[in-house]
Amino acid sequence: MNSHAAGTSNGGSGDAGGAGAGAARRNTRMPKYSKFTQQELPACKPILTPKWVVSVFFIVGVIFVPIGVVSLLAARDVVEIIDRYDEACVPGNMTENKLAYIQNSSIPKDCTRTLMVTKDMKQPIFVYYQLDNFYQNHRRYVKSRNDAQLRDPSKANKTSACEPEKTTADGKPIVPCGLIAWSLFNDTYIFARGNENLTVDKKHISWKSDREHKFGKDVYPSNFQNGSLIGGAKLDPNISLSEQEDLIVWMRTAALPTFRKLYGRIYVDLKENDNITVRLSNNYNTYSFGGKKKLVLSTATWLGGKNDFLGYTYLIVGGLCIFLAFAFTLLYFIKPRKLGDHNYLSWNRHPAGR
Amino acid sequence: MPDKDIRRFDANIRLFPPFIDNDICPLTINNTLLQSCYLRNTEWACGVAVYTGNETKLGMSSGVPEPKLTAMDAMIDKLTGAIFLFQLTVVVVLGSAGNVWKDTEAHKQWYVKYDYDEPWYQILVIPLRFELLCSIMIPISIKVSLDFVKSLYAKFIDWDEEMYDLENNTPAHAANTAISEDLGQVEYILTDKTGTLTENKMIFRKCCVGDTFYGNECGDALRDVELLNAIANGSPHVIKFLTVMTLCNTVIPIKSPSGSILYKAQSQDEDALVNAAANLHMVLVSKNGNNAEIHFNRRMIQYEILDILEFTSDRKRMSVVVLDCQSGKIILLSKGADEAILPCAYSGRQTKTFLDAVDKYAQLGLRTLCFGWRELESEEYTEWSRSFKEANSALNDREWKVAEVCEKLEHSLEILGVSAIEDRLQGGVPETIEILRQSGINFWMLTGDKQSTAIQIALLCNLISSEPKGQLLYINGRTEDEVARSLERVLRTMRITSSEPKELAFVVDGWALEIILTHYTEAFTELAVLSKTALCCRVTPSQKAQLVKLLKSCDYRTLAIGDGGNDVRMIQQADIGVGISGREGLQAARAADYSIGKFRFLKRLILVHGRYSYNRTAFLSQYSFYKSLLICFIQILFSFLSGIAGTSLFNSVSLMAYNVFYTSIPVLTTILDKDLSEKTVMQNPEILLYCQAGRLLNPSTFAGWFGRSLYHAIVIFLITIHAYANEKSEMEELSMVALSGSIWLQAFVVTLEMNSFTFVQLLAIWGNCIAFYVINFFISSIPSSGMYTIMFRLCRQPSYWISLVLISGVGMGPVLALKYFRYTYRPSAINILQKAERSRGPMYTLVNLESQLRSDKGNMMVPISTTPVKNKSSVYEPLLSDSPMASRRPLASSSFDIFQPTHSRTSHPRNIKAN
Repeated sequence: MNSHAAGTSNGGSGDAGGAGAGAARRNTRMPKYSKFTQQELPACKPILTPKWVVSVFFIVGVIFVPIGVVSLLAARDVVEIIDRYDEACVPGNMTENKLAYIQNSSIPKDCTRTLMVTKDMKQPIFVYYQLDNFYQNHRRYVKSRNDAQLRDPSKANKTSACEPEKTTADGKPIVPCGLIAWSLFNDTYIFARGNENLTVDKKHISWKSDREHKFGKDVYPSNFQNGSLIGGAKLDPNISLSEQEDLIVWMRTAALPTFRKLYGRIYVDLKENDNITVRLSNNYNTYSFGGKKKLVLSTATWLGGKNDFLGYTYLIVGGLCIFLAFAFTLLYFIKPRKLGDHNYLSWNRHPAGR
Repeated sequence: MPDKDIRRFDANIRLFPPFIDNDICPLTINNTLLQSCYLRNTEWACGVAVYTGNETKLGMSSGVPEPKLTAMDAMIDKLTGAIFLFQLTVVVVLGSAGNVWKDTEAHKQWYVKYDYDEPWYQILVIPLRFELLCSIMIPISIKVSLDFVKSLYAKFIDWDEEMYDLENNTPAHAANTAISEDLGQVEYILTDKTGTLTENKMIFRKCCVGDTFYGNECGDALRDVELLNAIANGSPHVIKFLTVMTLCNTVIPIKSPSGSILYKAQSQDEDALVNAAANLHMVLVSKNGNNAEIHFNRRMIQYEILDILEFTSDRKRMSVVVLDCQSGKIILLSKGADEAILPCAYSGRQTKTFLDAVDKYAQLGLRTLCFGWRELESEEYTEWSRSFKEANSALNDREWKVAEVCEKLEHSLEILGVSAIEDRLQGGVPETIEILRQSGINFWMLTGDKQSTAIQIALLCNLISSEPKGQLLYINGRTEDEVARSLERVLRTMRITSSEPKELAFVVDGWALEIILTHYTEAFTELAVLSKTALCCRVTPSQKAQLVKLLKSCDYRTLAIGDGGNDVRMIQQADIGVGISGREGLQAARAADYSIGKFRFLKRLILVHGRYSYNRTAFLSQYSFYKSLLICFIQILFSFLSGIAGTSLFNSVSLMAYNVFYTSIPVLTTILDKDLSEKTVMQNPEILLYCQAGRLLNPSTFAGWFGRSLYHAIVIFLITIHAYANEKSEMEELSMVALSGSIWLQAFVVTLEMNSFTFVQLLAIWGNCIAFYVINFFISSIPSSGMYTIMFRLCRQPSYWISLVLISGVGMGPVLALKYFRYTYRPSAINILQKAERSRGPMYTLVNLESQLRSDKGNMMVPISTTPVKNKSSVYEPLLSDSPMASRRPLASSSFDIFQPTHSRTSHPRNIKAN
């Protein structure tokens, strides 16, 4: 900048300038210099050059495609048997009135299903139940619980937020209170291969952290499912909540209206074409809202269950990136642009007085 | 009655009751001490409190200063209003949908256990829940962030070394910290002349005494041998001339202990004259009451000052009646503007020489004063003196009456000569004006000086060009009709030539301006819009303020710059007031929003600080909306999967931390962002058009950000719910995946939108990402928190990381591709310059750029200075029509066209700006 020079080189102001400089040395109000205050911090200024952008797209594509392949392979490795049983388990004479069937406790709810193993399944085999169109994420539902009560026996009275399953009709607090616990899933499954019973291990199906910190070891159910309207499963009042793992799993609410919850694990390898007999008791009411119930047997890999969404998306995105990289390269050669040509500046392109 | 004119106080005082003494003493402003003035160097004083409180002159003139709102803030407010409407729509639509769903579906969902007979107000519950969910749509953090960055912008101005005035030891100062962005959007600069463009340091340069010109050869009359000889020889004309220089003023000499004499003068001209006279051996030694002592060639001359006929801007002259104590002669000494003095010459006297001299001097940009002299008969004086006193004690129209009486005395003068005082341009003024004009800012010069001087100064500092490049149109006339005709003529010329590459400017003087402002405001407004340069001479402070108001009423951003008390009103009236802390005191600097030491700092203030502030705020504000909308859209999308019941996907801790912490820290580093280096901006000041036209923050850029946030929300939501479907669809986990996705995306967005990276930015952006994990690890280790162990669990899952990489890839890919495409094939001027900066390095200058362009294109190249200016619409139009996407953000798909206001191309060029 030549501005300083201009300021002090004035002949007429020479004296003042000299005096000012002298004073400045003693009592300067000159701002202190630092790179920050002068906005002169060293900075790099990346700009979107074709080379840079094309290589970014290319690299991203090259990384994405293998990830996609690997994810897809992982998902393909998973063997999954899904059996929807809610319709099939309704006796033939009641298909017109499923609601009456499920609500009538005198009708036996037992039901037998046979599953065919399509592919070898290595243990552990995860047993899930899947509910469709079930809104565990409904606001009224999701909020209807009290964590303090579940953790601490002395806080059994803490039933705030548990509306409308707070207390029994005579005002005693329900433990565990709230809609979530009240609507606990209560279908049960017994598996057999031929005549051999397949034990379902229901230990540790819940999160360890939940068992240890969220549900108290000395909290026991009380006044649960005592009301006129029974929701779901009943709980054994002699087993502490931390051991009621089905409840713990259920209380981890799902974020989506279609969800699977772990029922147990089978530590037996299943062979292709094995026939699995499932004896189930079809207790849970999904008929009133048209929900589906499915039983799922599935193995798992490092990526989780059978879900090829990630794999396919990676492949598509990776492919698109590589395509874009080529397209941009091609475009660059067909229609090259000189970098930073001032002729493109509009005020240079349109001289005045056109 | 109390009024606010600090130069007038008309009163009389009767010191004794009528029965003792009937004498009435006139009181003027000179007998008055204004509020917060100090009286020094006296043992005692007695006085009467005349006005108190709000009736003081200060109280009367301190109008309520309007709070200043930047154009940007107004735009942000507008956008906030739009978002609020959008929010209401969402609330109403989703709320009713939620109620419908509840009535049809939710009652079948037995586990939700809705009562059938609910109180009526239950119908409001779901809309209110959505209102709660959507309340984050309008970011509260934007106000905090904006205040923070604005105060930093102001600090950067205070800290700027390059705006530090070494000479006066004054750094620049931003008194108003809230309007830095407006600096980048200035369209009109209204500048004072004296002290602003010039140094206000008067130096006596030349004179013309009798028929002789002095100081023409060497440029300095004080060193002209001829003049020195004339003095030594005692040439009567020269001595009279010197006497007027010495006596006809209100200067007070103060003897310093060391023996040298210092002069205290109200006006810089008088100071210059007395000092020059002292150098020419006529030294004003002391003034005690009415006695003045003069040393001349080692002789002591005593004068008694009988009356002072003061200077007023109407009279444009002042006179002193003195009594020569030696000869007993009463002499009238007058000095003033040529048009005020020369008509008073005694009849028969040829004043042509002096007129020529005045013309000649004015053409050199010098300030001229004419000196006159007349010996009075003592009877004439006594008679006049009585009427003078009478007029002076008049309570009504005193000023006018005094002027009338004065005129009776000031006639038949012997014209002694003309003095020429130089008021030098400040350093760098022409360059500054040139650069600012290139950047599309229009300059108006408002001055109290006379027309010819104003024109000369304007020529000197590049404000106007001489023929044939430029043309100056005069609006003048004494009567209403004349002025109207003149105005009409000028307007017609303007309209015709507005397409020609010719610099047109109009000149108007205070008298004509007064008539125009009262009767022809409309025509004048049109003229103001058409012309980019105007000189207004002989204008009063209130007229200056009126002109500012007029431009403001046409919706232009105005900046007023001045240095003196007479500019205060204009400074306060303008959108931005800049004060020069100069020689006329700090009055203007105190009233102003920004004070700088020199005029030349203005270009840095506008082009560097204003432009950066605008760009940074544009990004910051839109980004703030983007991130709030992003999280809000995710919530809305989630509500479709949760029975439209208004469930929040995110817990309250995360939501709060997202808005105030995770997303606000990185973007604050935009205060260090520079899209172009300062040098490039200075070399291509046209780039300021982007700020002036509001290219970076307007409904269509905002629509781009809106679309981007919608797109990103969809990407995050879809990938999350598909990757975390079935057995993984646990609420807390899923919400944390979505939140992580938002954090990752916003880090990439900030990275992509920033133009330059210092370590601070890199630290803030990526440090923020790390901080996000650290904080969540911490929360995840508290057993009682809802998020207990969530983050640990997620970080162990490969699918978490794979999902996030996918979100980033899908979210940023199209943004990057679009941005690159536009950057390369439809670049905005900023992009081009960025590339130029990279490819050519910072070393090229405007000069070789211009020459290169000439050789490159080989066609006629109009000098850049004239290019963007003529017609405002042509300024804005090319930028718009060349790059219709210039103002859009990458993701603006065609559906955003609804935000584009219809191009109403009327004659008013302003409309184009709305885009």
